[in-house]
Amino acid sequence: MSNPQAVTDHLMVELRDVNKWYGEFHVLKNINLQVKQGEKIVICGPSGSGKSTMIRCINRLEEHQKGDIIVNDVPLTEDLKNIELVRKDVGMVFQHFNLFPHLTVLENCVLAPIWVKKLPRKEAEKQAMELLERVKIPDQALKYPGQLSGGQQQRVAIARSLCMNPDVMLFDEPTSALDPEMIKEVLDVMVELAHEGMTMLCVTHEMGFAKTVADRVIFMDGGQIVEENEPHEFFENPQHERTQLFLSQILQH
Amino acid sequence: MKYDLQPTLPAPSNTIGVVAWMRKHLFNGPISSVATIVLGYFLISWLIPIIQWTILDADLFGESRDACTSGGACWVFINVRLNQFLYGFYPAEEYWRLNLAFVLLIGSIIWLVLPRTPFKGWMALFLLVVFPVIAYFLLYGNSFGLMQVETHLWGGLSLTLVLAVVGIVASLPLGILLALGRQSEMPIVRSVCIIFIEIWRGVPLITVLFMASVMLPLFFPEDMSFDKLLRALIGITLFQSAYMAEVIRGGLQAIPKGQYEAADALGLGYWQKMILIIMPQALKLMIPGIVNTFIALFKDTSLVLIIGLFDLLAIGQAANQDPKWIGYSTESYIFVALMFWVFCFSMSRYSMHLEHKLHTGHSNRA
Repeated sequence: MSNPQAVTDHLMVELRDVNKWYGEFHVLKNINLQVKQGEKIVICGPSGSGKSTMIRCINRLEEHQKGDIIVNDVPLTEDLKNIELVRKDVGMVFQHFNLFPHLTVLENCVLAPIWVKKLPRKEAEKQAMELLERVKIPDQALKYPGQLSGGQQQRVAIARSLCMNPDVMLFDEPTSALDPEMIKEVLDVMVELAHEGMTMLCVTHEMGFAKTVADRVIFMDGGQIVEENEPHEFFENPQHERTQLFLSQILQH
Repeated sequence: MKYDLQPTLPAPSNTIGVVAWMRKHLFNGPISSVATIVLGYFLISWLIPIIQWTILDADLFGESRDACTSGGACWVFINVRLNQFLYGFYPAEEYWRLNLAFVLLIGSIIWLVLPRTPFKGWMALFLLVVFPVIAYFLLYGNSFGLMQVETHLWGGLSLTLVLAVVGIVASLPLGILLALGRQSEMPIVRSVCIIFIEIWRGVPLITVLFMASVMLPLFFPEDMSFDKLLRALIGITLFQSAYMAEVIRGGLQAIPKGQYEAADALGLGYWQKMILIIMPQALKLMIPGIVNTFIALFKDTSLVLIIGLFDLLAIGQAANQDPKWIGYSTESYIFVALMFWVFCFSMSRYSMHLEHKLHTGHSNRA
């Protein structure tokens, strides 16, 4: 590919009429979303709007009850084989990092490549060091997660996901649990990743990030997609009054 | 405004040293001083006669009770029967087999316990897989040119160790499986595990042993007879695995949900997730509980005396019945208690050390 940023026509993630209930509670209502290879989507909305639940459905951390989710041509069903396939292709970064505290940074990174992809340890370590270099913490490789700052831990978590060479990256509020001075270092890594052409779905309230990298911004409320637009239009000219209210509340200060 | 740098001064002499420690911990005010003096008086007035009886006035060497003339403890009794306390009725010319098994066991445990010994993984494998086989052939014999020693001849400390080691080694993995089963999303697996755990937890160990030794044979054809020791071992293992399962379940529940999710998101399978991610963290939290169960198990082995196996305690009681040594049961009970205490206390100390070691360096914060 001459231009890594190019968005191809290949559909990486497709959600068709996805519905989900927690018991009686209808959390996702008729979600339709298509994400092409190389596209960056930012998802925002008030808490409880279902945005986290939606991206957690994409790697089957949550089960949906109705509709279809297709990731890289593999439909997500009860079939464990398919779930395995999808999880190999989809990386995820969590709000609370969820690094494995009993393993060093390097061990965190090589674990899945060795056990899931059956990569030889040497090769996995070489690749992990390259990725740790990319997130700018190769010198912390032999430390334990508990010895790192929040921002460093989150960058390790990103490197750990990238070690599986995912086709799609899901970010579930990656900067919400960070101290303010550490948000930038994580966002920088994410921006760089975006420029390299990764397909990304980010649940975040970092509107600066959305303006810089997003191809589309999606606004969710009450379990459904309320508004969807390219960033400039979304911020300058929100259509729905709920979007306007939300934007006015988060951009006010 | 600018301040000068302050020099580092030594601590005032009345805050460090023995006198300061005593003032702070023993004589910190009138109540503390009175308590220290009263308790100190009791402690000393108890300790002096105890030391007098057990050590100063005791007799250790001799052949019969006539050697006990000093008025203190008659350790001659223990000394003369020491072999029985250690080996039970095992034939004397075969003692080396028990000794060898014991040395192998202790040697490989020490290898594992010491920091910075190489090949720990292989040693653990040896201890868990190879050693039991070697120990079986050594102890039971009947192959490799070794004389067969029936299990009813086993006894004393060696039988207690056999019961405890087999119980510990077998109940831990079984307990892990039961705990995982109890958390399983498959309703049948879960129900089976819950029923198993609740039944075994609801029955006293004595009942289990009675059933194993008296009732179980009734259910099998007459020509098919299990060894009594084997039945006791199975009973103890199943009983303790139910307790172990509950301890482990507690540890599993303490692991944050995010750890499971991160493992899932990376594509790890169920067993990979459990073995690589969840168990290492949970086991660390469970060390006090697991060792507690081990210690209880070790002490519970003495219950086998009611089904006619001669463990350390039963050997002690048998010795008390010896007409030549009537009147010295205090000595034998103290000796038995001391042996139990040494093993249990070592386990307890090692678990504290392990906990301390595993908690330094990295926190458990997810």
